[in-house]
Amino acid sequence: MSSSPAALRAEALESLLIEKGLLDPAVVDDVIERYNERIGPMRGAQLVARAWTEPDFKQRLLADGSAAIAEYDFEGGQVDKLVVVENTDTVHNMVVCTLCSCYPWAVLGLPPKWYKDPAYRSRVVREPRAVLSEFGTDVPTDKTIRVWDSSAEVRYMVLPQMPPAWRSADVGTLAERVTRDSMIGVEVLA
Amino acid sequence: MDGIHDLGGKHGFGKVQTEADEVAFPERWQGAVFTMVNSLFFSGVAHNADHFRHAIERIDPVSYLNDGYYGRWLGGLETLLVEADRVSQADINERAITLGAAADGRIAARPNPQPDVFPAEAAAANAQASEDMPPSAHRDVEQAPRFAVDETVRTITTSVPGHTRLPAYARGAPGKIVAWHGAWVYPDSNAHGQGEQPQHLYTVAFSGADLWGSGGDSGLEVCLDLFEPYLLKG
Repeated sequence: MSSSPAALRAEALESLLIEKGLLDPAVVDDVIERYNERIGPMRGAQLVARAWTEPDFKQRLLADGSAAIAEYDFEGGQVDKLVVVENTDTVHNMVVCTLCSCYPWAVLGLPPKWYKDPAYRSRVVREPRAVLSEFGTDVPTDKTIRVWDSSAEVRYMVLPQMPPAWRSADVGTLAERVTRDSMIGVEVLA
Repeated sequence: MDGIHDLGGKHGFGKVQTEADEVAFPERWQGAVFTMVNSLFFSGVAHNADHFRHAIERIDPVSYLNDGYYGRWLGGLETLLVEADRVSQADINERAITLGAAADGRIAARPNPQPDVFPAEAAAANAQASEDMPPSAHRDVEQAPRFAVDETVRTITTSVPGHTRLPAYARGAPGKIVAWHGAWVYPDSNAHGQGEQPQHLYTVAFSGADLWGSGGDSGLEVCLDLFEPYLLKG
């Protein structure tokens, strides 16, 4: 496989920084392993499952997301301010960053590629219903679609609605069923 | 700046392309760029997140669209390393060609020959704050907020050449304050070495009709986090 120009330039820069003592190559491999294997959206899923099953926690999470997650000590979990927005029978929430690619790393890990691509960033603030349909998601036309464009250091996560059929499941099972996309707001759980 | 990064509302990018079972770094170089960018903050090359975001905004616009997310980070990374005199572009070119890159390939980085100057004390403090993660951008100020929740406001129409966090699509639009977050470091000054100048930050809700007329979805509301200098009394 031939390397892309960006890959070659990154490799050039990496080798120069290593020679100058500005970068430790072992750190690169450690970071890749950490994010590829361990840091993902499961932390957000835990929060959602707990909010569904513990009304007190849900209230705390919606009132002050950063305070509610402080007790978890998530790895790489620094976030200045986390705001959790709740999907209801009348409002469907979606998260985007049109100016760069701000994303709630603390609870969802690093964002998927599509979240950072121009197609998603340009369209969600204007035609979210068309974007949702490309994800196979249908939101009734009488629901408000509220799009959160992350333009400062506040980070947003969606609290999706729990499908009624899941009511008897325990919190661990629920956490396994909550998807990353439902917490960005491009999927409705069913 | 009215750069290619300000994508909100632009037409022509086609469908959202998703990938199944995607990992954070499908290719090694992407993880290397991520790690190198983090090291910029500890080593005092990137002075704060705003400084880095603006470096990305300044890269070659064709590269911005072509090179993907970590390609954009690579452009910002190289821009700041060259501006800080840690490595020369000639050395990077030479090394990349040795590794197999084309000699006339497009280069994303756009280092400014006369970069913004960051005061030495502030630069040192920022490097230390990065080392002691997390560096918070929240600040306490004595100045009272100018606007209240539920108040109607209008965004300014000013286009600025430097870094700003008011997207072009939300300029000159009426909206309503729905939350107040206290005062935060002001990206417009902080990105350029002009100090933190903390400003009150509000979440402002805009109706789709006020942003796009009849050209947007019905039943749409867009919420943005906006700094006080972006807002006028409604």
